[in-house]
Amino acid sequence: MFWICVGWIALNIVGAIFANVLPLQNPLFQNYASVNAGPSLHHLFGTDDLGRDIFARVVYGSRVSIEVSLGAMLIGFGLGAPLGMLAAYRRGKFDSILTAVMYVFLAFPAIIATIAVLSFWTPRSLLKIIVVVGIASVPLVYRVIRSATMNFASRDFVIAAKVQGATDRRILIKELLPNIAPVGVSFLLIGIATVVTLEGALAFLGLSVNPPTPSWGNMINESLSILQINPWLAIFPSLAMCLFLLSLNFIGDRLRAHFEVSEAKL
Amino acid sequence: MLIGIVFIISVGAFYLIHLLPGDPAAVILGTGDSPQNRARLFKELGLNKPILEQYFVWIKNVLHGNLGTSFISQTSVWSTIKSALPIDVEIIVLSQILAFAVAIPTAMVSARKPDGWLDRLLGATSFTLLSIPSFVVIVLLVLFIAIKLGVPHTGVSSYVSLGQDWVVNLESLALPSFTLALGSFVVYYRVLRSDLIATLQEEYITMARSKGISQRRIMWRHAFRPSSVALLGTAGVNIGGLLAGGFIVQYLLSIPGLGYTLIQSIGLSDYLVVQGIVLVVSVGVILINFAFDLIINIVDPRISRE
Repeated sequence: MFWICVGWIALNIVGAIFANVLPLQNPLFQNYASVNAGPSLHHLFGTDDLGRDIFARVVYGSRVSIEVSLGAMLIGFGLGAPLGMLAAYRRGKFDSILTAVMYVFLAFPAIIATIAVLSFWTPRSLLKIIVVVGIASVPLVYRVIRSATMNFASRDFVIAAKVQGATDRRILIKELLPNIAPVGVSFLLIGIATVVTLEGALAFLGLSVNPPTPSWGNMINESLSILQINPWLAIFPSLAMCLFLLSLNFIGDRLRAHFEVSEAKL
Repeated sequence: MLIGIVFIISVGAFYLIHLLPGDPAAVILGTGDSPQNRARLFKELGLNKPILEQYFVWIKNVLHGNLGTSFISQTSVWSTIKSALPIDVEIIVLSQILAFAVAIPTAMVSARKPDGWLDRLLGATSFTLLSIPSFVVIVLLVLFIAIKLGVPHTGVSSYVSLGQDWVVNLESLALPSFTLALGSFVVYYRVLRSDLIATLQEEYITMARSKGISQRRIMWRHAFRPSSVALLGTAGVNIGGLLAGGFIVQYLLSIPGLGYTLIQSIGLSDYLVVQGIVLVVSVGVILINFAFDLIINIVDPRISRE
């Protein structure tokens, strides 16, 4: 089951990267001869109200979700993780000031702040969404990584490395990083799942990528007005999103369970 | 502490406008940009004064319950919020009653025999539900219940206010409440189950068992209360999240709560309403968390004694 989930995520990523090489129909091509068609051999998932192939749009749509979630997590972890590690390792004034600042950001409901900034920061683009969501995730990553590092920062092996004269950089990278990696990876998976959901939510508000670019959220949003005529347009992107999220959650859960068990064995 | 956070949020909500590129006055006025409105705005917000002073002008108004008057609809922001907020509260209360009513018994059933077939089934179900975003749930519910089965008063824009007809009101809020309840149920079930399992290992439970107290009485009288601390903490965070994140469900069904109003205002670029809602929701989230902290102290007095 674990490997099926990993395989599914890998398949999604490969599909997103090679979408324009794969033998897919043009996701933007409007064929008025077959509008709102159900699934058939020619259109695997049917067509939408403008006669566009839903299967191609679902595959292309995964690009937006994957780009936004990976991009945002790159920013979140790129800033939050080193700061969190450094704060937990150094302690003192640096830690208390930084932690206070991060808690101030955490007090602000992230989703409302994201919506507010995105809605008044026009014109919208994929990059802006990534930046705003990424920055909103920094305090969360910081908090998780900091508390994970704290668990290890005063352990004997770190002190031993210090006594041997290891530099701070070496201790952080060689001693602490491998130990907090499991926590980091499972939080990363949760983060990706959250951002994929958030993209969907933003799409409903018209704050995701501009149509006609397909994204899972955009497609579900477009399906609402024609739910009665063409339920397929709602069902397939929803299914794609749910399976993707389910796989991510499952992998994260298994990883957590695995590392907890191995810790208990010690 | 509480006041400090509220103060910081008010600063954040106020300076949001200055973080954005462009002329703040143009953003605030949006489509209501006319010379008269512009003059009124400068007078009300003191936009020609230094930025620090602007904040004090604004916060003084806010503390007097004056969140400004929308330049687009010409109605006071506070009255807009006051008419929308009860709908949010009603949906949240309904969904939480539903979520707790299902989560507590199911968690107890699971904890009674961890890894039994029922526990596994519930575990797999809750895990699957965890991966379905609320907007997918509501879309599918509308598709199957309102459209395919044709149940009246459950579809899009069928909201009727509580004062008008409370039966129809409950019907129209059934799907959104159920959707939010589903998400809450999963979280509560998982938290309470793992805490109950831990509590049932305690010696005083073995003691109670050896005295021949019934399983049901042990669960409710001995194990439930000490296991509910994490549940209450989670509930506080979750309800705050529903207040801030429940807008999708409202938006999809055109239920005129705060979330729906927020999205409408964003669409109209009605900056003052957005700012007001951000402020009210943020403070609401903090108050909810604070209230749950108090409840936790009552449920488990050991925490405040430490």
